[in-house]
Amino acid sequence: MFEKVKKVIVDTLNCDPEAVTSEARLQEDLGADSLDAVDLNMALEDELGMGIDDDALPEMKTVGDLVKYLESK
Amino acid sequence: MEEGLEFCGTGRAVPEHILTNEDLCGMVETSDEWIQARTGIRERHICQGETLTDLTVLAARRAMEMAGISADQVGLCIVATITPHCATPSQACLVHEQLGLAQDCPAFDLNAGCTGFLYGLETMAALLPRQRRPYGLLIGGDVLSRVVDWTDRNTCVLFGDGAGAAVLAPSKAPWTCHLHTQGDGNIIWAHGLSLGQSAIHMEGQAVYRFAVETVPKCAMELAQQAQLPLEEVDWFVLHQANCRIVEAAARQMHQPKEKFYLNMQHYGNTSAASIPIALDEMNRAGMLKKGQKILSVGFGAGLTWGGALFTW
Repeated sequence: MFEKVKKVIVDTLNCDPEAVTSEARLQEDLGADSLDAVDLNMALEDELGMGIDDDALPEMKTVGDLVKYLESK
Repeated sequence: MEEGLEFCGTGRAVPEHILTNEDLCGMVETSDEWIQARTGIRERHICQGETLTDLTVLAARRAMEMAGISADQVGLCIVATITPHCATPSQACLVHEQLGLAQDCPAFDLNAGCTGFLYGLETMAALLPRQRRPYGLLIGGDVLSRVVDWTDRNTCVLFGDGAGAAVLAPSKAPWTCHLHTQGDGNIIWAHGLSLGQSAIHMEGQAVYRFAVETVPKCAMELAQQAQLPLEEVDWFVLHQANCRIVEAAARQMHQPKEKFYLNMQHYGNTSAASIPIALDEMNRAGMLKKGQKILSVGFGAGLTWGGALFTW
């Protein structure tokens, strides 16, 4: 799951793959703003067939949070 | 293929006063960098004394001058707006009065949020051939500064005032138009005086998602129906709400960004005025050549969205 999510993040945010670690913070470390979050969620839905529900979105601080959420879905 | 319209003239009018991102920094907690990164907007024109009537009439006069027509040749007058000068007479009636249009020229307003100009085009295409005079006057104009909450940093940076107009005539040239609605009062609203709470409310992320999902789909449907590959479209003129929406649409449509006209950096989101202002800028800059294919898509409050594919 981590590798899949990492690929979507790199493609969507156009960021350095090296920077996408489990601990990396989406906003502060990877530079994602509120509109990038929407793009990322849509890309996850396209690539993985599932995304983040709107009410859970604010809790997604790190790449690890995303992976954990999607694994539990 | 449906019977459509020909653009005979265009015009625009914006208020004199320019409010820059720097100016906004003194009003709300924000920064030029924040606004530009999320919207592409650098400045917007804001009414200080001018009214929507001034702007719509001036834009109309400029379009009529370019078309070389007089008031007695106008058979239908429509204003797309969500901020008419007053509840009644309608904005179109105020324009009718100022321009001295004929008594057999119907005049009415149309509210379809930021999709207003597209709704107006399709209404014009349907009704204009039935009128007694040859030309239609379609104006998109809004003074959103009147309904913006100037203490809300999430929305007040987005909007500007202005009006754009087009003189139209029935045409046999290829014309395709699609209008859509998904009634939803939760993600964008401005209650206006009716409910005593006039400020615009917008769920930014939901609106962004709505736009990036519907705009490319609408454009591709139009191209498919017209049997014209997107590659053969010369210009994409989308509602100028946010450059990030335009960039996302360009990516999804696999079309070069250069074919997407952008001017929100100077105007902000002018609602129903954004598309006719863009068309007039392009027209006066000589960017639009006769025979070119133009695909325009509007989207916004309602929720409404719609597009037209036409020949210049």
